[in-house]
Amino acid sequence: MSDVISLTDIRRVFIMGDQQFEALKGVSFGVATGEFVAIMGASGSGKSTCMNLLGCLDRPTSGRYLLDALDVGGMNANQLAEIRNRKLGFVFQGFNLLARTPAVENVELPLVYAGFSAKERRVRALAAMEQVGLAGKENNHSSQLSGGQQQRVAIARALVNSPAVILADEPTGNLDSTTSEEIMNLFTTLNKQGITIIMVTHEHDVAAYAGRQITFRDGRIISDSLAGTTGLTDQSV
Amino acid sequence: MDFLQTLRIALRALRTNKMRSFLTMLGIIIGIAAVIAMMAVGSGASYVISQQIASIGSNIILVLPGSTTSGGMRSGSGGAQTLTSDDVRAIMTECPSVETSAPTVRSSGLAVFGNMNWSTVIMGTTPEMFDIREWGVISGRSIGQQDVDSAAKVCLLGQTVAENLFGSADPIGKIIRLKKVPFTVIGVLDRKGQSPQGQDQDDTIFVPLRTAQRNLVRANHTNTIGAVMVKARSEALLAKAEEEINSLLNQRHRITAGKDPDFTTRNLSEILAVAEQSSKAMSLLLGAVASISLIVGGIGIMNIMLVSVTERTREIGIRMAIGARRNDILLQFMTEAVLLTMLGGVIGIILGASGATVVSRILSWPTLISIQSITVAFFFSGAVGIFFGFYPARKAAGLNPIDALRYE
Repeated sequence: MSDVISLTDIRRVFIMGDQQFEALKGVSFGVATGEFVAIMGASGSGKSTCMNLLGCLDRPTSGRYLLDALDVGGMNANQLAEIRNRKLGFVFQGFNLLARTPAVENVELPLVYAGFSAKERRVRALAAMEQVGLAGKENNHSSQLSGGQQQRVAIARALVNSPAVILADEPTGNLDSTTSEEIMNLFTTLNKQGITIIMVTHEHDVAAYAGRQITFRDGRIISDSLAGTTGLTDQSV
Repeated sequence: MDFLQTLRIALRALRTNKMRSFLTMLGIIIGIAAVIAMMAVGSGASYVISQQIASIGSNIILVLPGSTTSGGMRSGSGGAQTLTSDDVRAIMTECPSVETSAPTVRSSGLAVFGNMNWSTVIMGTTPEMFDIREWGVISGRSIGQQDVDSAAKVCLLGQTVAENLFGSADPIGKIIRLKKVPFTVIGVLDRKGQSPQGQDQDDTIFVPLRTAQRNLVRANHTNTIGAVMVKARSEALLAKAEEEINSLLNQRHRITAGKDPDFTTRNLSEILAVAEQSSKAMSLLLGAVASISLIVGGIGIMNIMLVSVTERTREIGIRMAIGARRNDILLQFMTEAVLLTMLGGVIGIILGASGATVVSRILSWPTLISIQSITVAFFFSGAVGIFFGFYPARKAAGLNPIDALRYE
């Protein structure tokens, strides 16, 4: 299978006043379609910076980033917005749903910016909600949903535009262990349906759900291993 | 992203903070209401003045006698009886720009009917007077040339006089006494209202010129007249007619250069034009004051929009992450600001219009609410939204999505 994501010698330098800080010091890896990758590392290891780059929210200082065979590096802000809209789905730690907005409209949001008609938006949003097991909760506002349900809404929102990759940033960070397990099972199910998922986490038991784990330290990848080789089999599903 | 969707998002944002949205709008509401009310009052005043111009008649020049020096004593216009019926005939025949003219003699005295009496102005004139002033009768007939020629003892009553002497009874054919001389009432004039000087023009009795000269003014002045009303052929010829009259009368009265003339001409339309101009200046001034309150209101909008952008930083981050372009964000906040001001504008228009109506009821001061001022107010409120909404919207659109997502 071809790589949906390909990073080659990615560097990201932040300049604060007269100080330079190199958050990523030459990172290269590829992600094949259908993979479930966990990115791990302590805070300050560069995993969040890498995630922002993968999410096209930030641009690398140098290096090459191919997303779905498109060179993202040279794109302007509007083109990146379109890439985020068409190729990527985001799931955040804090759910990041719009307050006082029905769940279904939250799910529809990416389609609004993609320019779909209201009718088509609704059909697709309902299908995505069904996919994450939220059928019947369409009109609930986020305040009327549990944390797990809110994260499901966020996952439905990430799914609705059929992205090439779903990026999840600490998706279970705000959830209790039972709910975390539910969400991770949902990710696993989605992955089995062929959806590529890249997830940032610092919890080993959460990372264990992924088929591949990439570990960062000090802006470099220190390990890149397939599941089973890191001794996490005792916590498998 | 289609406009309808943008509008819906903006509406939802305004609804979420109802009280704040209303308070923000208040500045615009007051500003627009003030503009609408001021314009209504101002154009009401202009309307009154133009009505008064119409009530005098158009293209009129007034020739007044006087300003003589006799025995070292100088007096102003009306101070002496220097105009004659011959002067009037000369003006009619020798001034090409003059359409017609009417001499008047003026006297005041008591009118008596039965046990009623009324002190009023008695004006002797010729039939041309009623053409010049565009003043018709509502009952009976007007004064004709034969009445003047025969010095008939007939009279026309103004509305005020008719009401005070006859009440609701029909005055036509009745005999009244003017300065003890009996006159037959032949007609009642249409209502004319106030003159620009504030006099009641309907408080007048008209009699044929020669009748007045013989019976109502001092006996030895039977050929002299008071003032002459002249109508020019057109508005464009008004100044020329005035000039012609001046040079003709100077010649007839043997006024040489350097000597004070014994008559004065006055162009009534000009006086009124000045009055109208000052009322326009007044409404312009009021409009300017109201515009300042609009600007203040606009600044309020900008302030609240800035707060709103800060408050919703996270929302902006989410939208950007999900694929909103900078322009989408810009448009969303602009729409919100414009919606806020336009809504305020509409409420202000309604408030201002009803306020003006109430004022005109209570103070019986006429107000005119023009479609024009409403349109201007509406679009101006929109423009305020665009102008003051742009900066906060640009700030929102310029946010970095990573920082915005992380914002607590």
